Amino acid sequence: MVAVPLLPVVMKCDHCTLPVPAGLVVEGSAQQFCCAGCKLVYETLAGAGLGKYYDIVEEDAGDARQATVVSGRNYPEFDHQEFTDEHVTVAGDLASAKFYLRGVHCAACVWLVEKLPRLLKGVVSVRLDLGRAIVELEWRPQQVELSAIASLLDSIGYPPLPLKDGEEQQRLRKEQRADLLRIAIAGALAGNLMGIAFALYGAYWSGMEDGLRDFFRYTAFGLATISVAWPGRVFFRGALKALRARTPNMDLPIALGLSAGYLGGAFNTITQRGEVYFESVGILVFLLLVGRYIQRKQQRSAYLELELLHALSPGSALRVVDGVSEEVPISALQIGDVIEVLGGDTVAADGELLSAQATVDAAVLTGESTPSAIMAAELVYAGTRNLGENIQIRVSQIGDSTRVGQLMKRVAEYARRPSAIVRMADKMSGVFTLVVMLLALITVWWWTQYTSFDVALEHAIALLVIACPCALGLATPLAVVAAVGRAARKGILVKGGDTFESLSRAGVILLDKTGTITQGDWNVSQWYGAQELRPLVEALENHSNHPFARALANQKSQLSVAAVEIESGCGIRGVVDGVQIYVGSPAWLAQLGADFDDELLSTISNNNLSPAIAWDGAQRVSVIALGDTLRADSAQRITRLHELGWQVHILSGDDPRVVQRVACEVGVASENAHGGVTPEAKEQFVRDKQKSQHKVVMVGDGWNDATALAAADIGVAVHGSAEASLAAADVFLSRPGLGGVVELLSGSLRTVRLIRRNLLVSLLYNGSGVALAMLGIMNPLWAAVFMPLSSLTVVSLAWRSKTFN
Amino acid sequence: MSIIYIVVPLALLIATTAVIGFAWASRQGQFDDLETPAHRALFDDDPVEEE
Repeated sequence: MVAVPLLPVVMKCDHCTLPVPAGLVVEGSAQQFCCAGCKLVYETLAGAGLGKYYDIVEEDAGDARQATVVSGRNYPEFDHQEFTDEHVTVAGDLASAKFYLRGVHCAACVWLVEKLPRLLKGVVSVRLDLGRAIVELEWRPQQVELSAIASLLDSIGYPPLPLKDGEEQQRLRKEQRADLLRIAIAGALAGNLMGIAFALYGAYWSGMEDGLRDFFRYTAFGLATISVAWPGRVFFRGALKALRARTPNMDLPIALGLSAGYLGGAFNTITQRGEVYFESVGILVFLLLVGRYIQRKQQRSAYLELELLHALSPGSALRVVDGVSEEVPISALQIGDVIEVLGGDTVAADGELLSAQATVDAAVLTGESTPSAIMAAELVYAGTRNLGENIQIRVSQIGDSTRVGQLMKRVAEYARRPSAIVRMADKMSGVFTLVVMLLALITVWWWTQYTSFDVALEHAIALLVIACPCALGLATPLAVVAAVGRAARKGILVKGGDTFESLSRAGVILLDKTGTITQGDWNVSQWYGAQELRPLVEALENHSNHPFARALANQKSQLSVAAVEIESGCGIRGVVDGVQIYVGSPAWLAQLGADFDDELLSTISNNNLSPAIAWDGAQRVSVIALGDTLRADSAQRITRLHELGWQVHILSGDDPRVVQRVACEVGVASENAHGGVTPEAKEQFVRDKQKSQHKVVMVGDGWNDATALAAADIGVAVHGSAEASLAAADVFLSRPGLGGVVELLSGSLRTVRLIRRNLLVSLLYNGSGVALAMLGIMNPLWAAVFMPLSSLTVVSLAWRSKTFN
Repeated sequence: MSIIYIVVPLALLIATTAVIGFAWASRQGQFDDLETPAHRALFDDDPVEEE
């Protein structure tokens, strides 16, 4: 007989360490998994000889090791008719929809998500776009319901959020493809024009038959005509718009330069004299289109993040009709409906509280760190979390008119606002082209007075060739691209290239308190009294949703807990390991008859910490001081910000006294620390500062910061931010704390210096080349040889620079 | 040098083919997502089950 080893009572998943459901425990197996997803990941890693991953994770993260985020929801609202109408496209017996997947970040995620059809019958295909975290699902509705697919995705750690693939999205995609095609055509033409130009330069040395020369010239003429008339048309269209509106834009000088070069070349080709400049025209069109594409791509991704905002609000609510509750999509809610909000869930709509009382956590909405109590008939806001028992709400505002919806609308408006900083490269290239054309004309005029027209033209051609603004056009974008790449490796994700320029000059920086300067979580700061109660309290608090409970709870606790009762707004009681335990507010415990030191309580609140009491119903009492502690490096980082010349303000929705204490500890002047600021007031504060000619950088993480982030010149969202803030911000720091902010600011300074250096190098280079050509020292051949050198210099300067490290 | 009269149009023809190829790929949406395919290429095929 084979001995079956005794299994421990609770099996932990070998991948994510979550408890394994009893039904999934495989007896006698060394590995246990909580779900198919974890099993797949584990087997892949083990199969590839990468089992060491688990050792690394254990060493590295300690108890911070994250269980795969599983909300455990069933997504019944996805099968609702209203949802299908809005999000699902049906073609024949196939249905398809797009979802934003939270939590995808690596190749393993792609692999796992795209293996869905193997896990669930009826799923036809799954394509994941890793960069945007968007998955496109195709399934047979007769075989499988969308809710089943959604909950499977959820169970393997990727909660799906519905996304609309609207007309706007389609239009943007078409636009991007058209842009790419234009670049391809312009590029192919520019390359061939360059080849022909080199053959023509060669004629300076060895001479060329007239027939051959004319053949090359007419070919180049034809190619340049296509280049200007097809991909180059966008510039002429822009210039025409500027003329009609009588407001000059950057397309105007570009169009002028292009037409001068093209018409001059065409005239000389047909009259069989002088020189042609078609390659400069072709390359200019190509480079300007590339620059434009990069910029438009940034705008498009900003738009996509805006779309995400709509996906992020909670997707469903429990509607109560005649005492029966049904899960419906939020879009189906009407004003006057009654909804039920379970303990721990997020409120879906603004409404009037029907239950006697409730405790809600409004931290994401207002930044208040302590939960607030709400009485019957008072307003409960969407986006807040119900911490107590289940409550009922009569809906008074839905969708965009809820407070959180209003905030999101403001963010959307700001995101649509065009970037104030104009396209540097375009502007410079345009002006540059005009100046060069003018200089070429002067050269021709000057030299014809002393020599023949042909010699004069030759000098002018040398000038045009050496002045080709490749290096100038490349200087800024290359430096920015290199800096964005380097910053990303350091955990600083920058959305737009303009960001560096704005951040390079010091201004006003506004820091959110909770989560940015402080840890953002409640922690036990002091434990007075009976220490032996601590393990019992830790076990009991696993059964509560209160933020204080999260600070006190220890999920690894194996102690048995029974008879748990939660007293809303007071505390929790239960029997742990055979001992009756009460944990809660001092008032409640005093009422129950616990005996503790009142002086200790006032010491705690004087330190702006919050007290909690634990009691065993007899002699043993603990007084626990809870607080949101400072990050270890905050004070040092803020000192550095002051050194860099920034004016530092703290802007928080929390109690002013708490904000003052924090300001004092990190060295921010008390008149610059503002507490009790509502999200709307934060935005107003940003705008007031902007009115007094300050550049404003806002650093924050919550929903309450989103509008301020969007309104600020540059918004920086820190690690752990609410998605709304991510969408509103220009920069996202994937590391917690202020270290990334300091690095971002000093890196921006270095990047802008690099850009200036690059511009200077290429201007000097082109300038001296132009001077030599005007003096008649440079001939077109040498000009053609030297031209790429300036581009090379600029490229190597950009890649070798140490902007972020 | 009369070969030039054939070679240059030929080069332009090849360039045209390349541009048409690019246009086709772009219409197919092959440039919509430039990140995921790089990862996808590294996944092993599913093992073929033996009868």
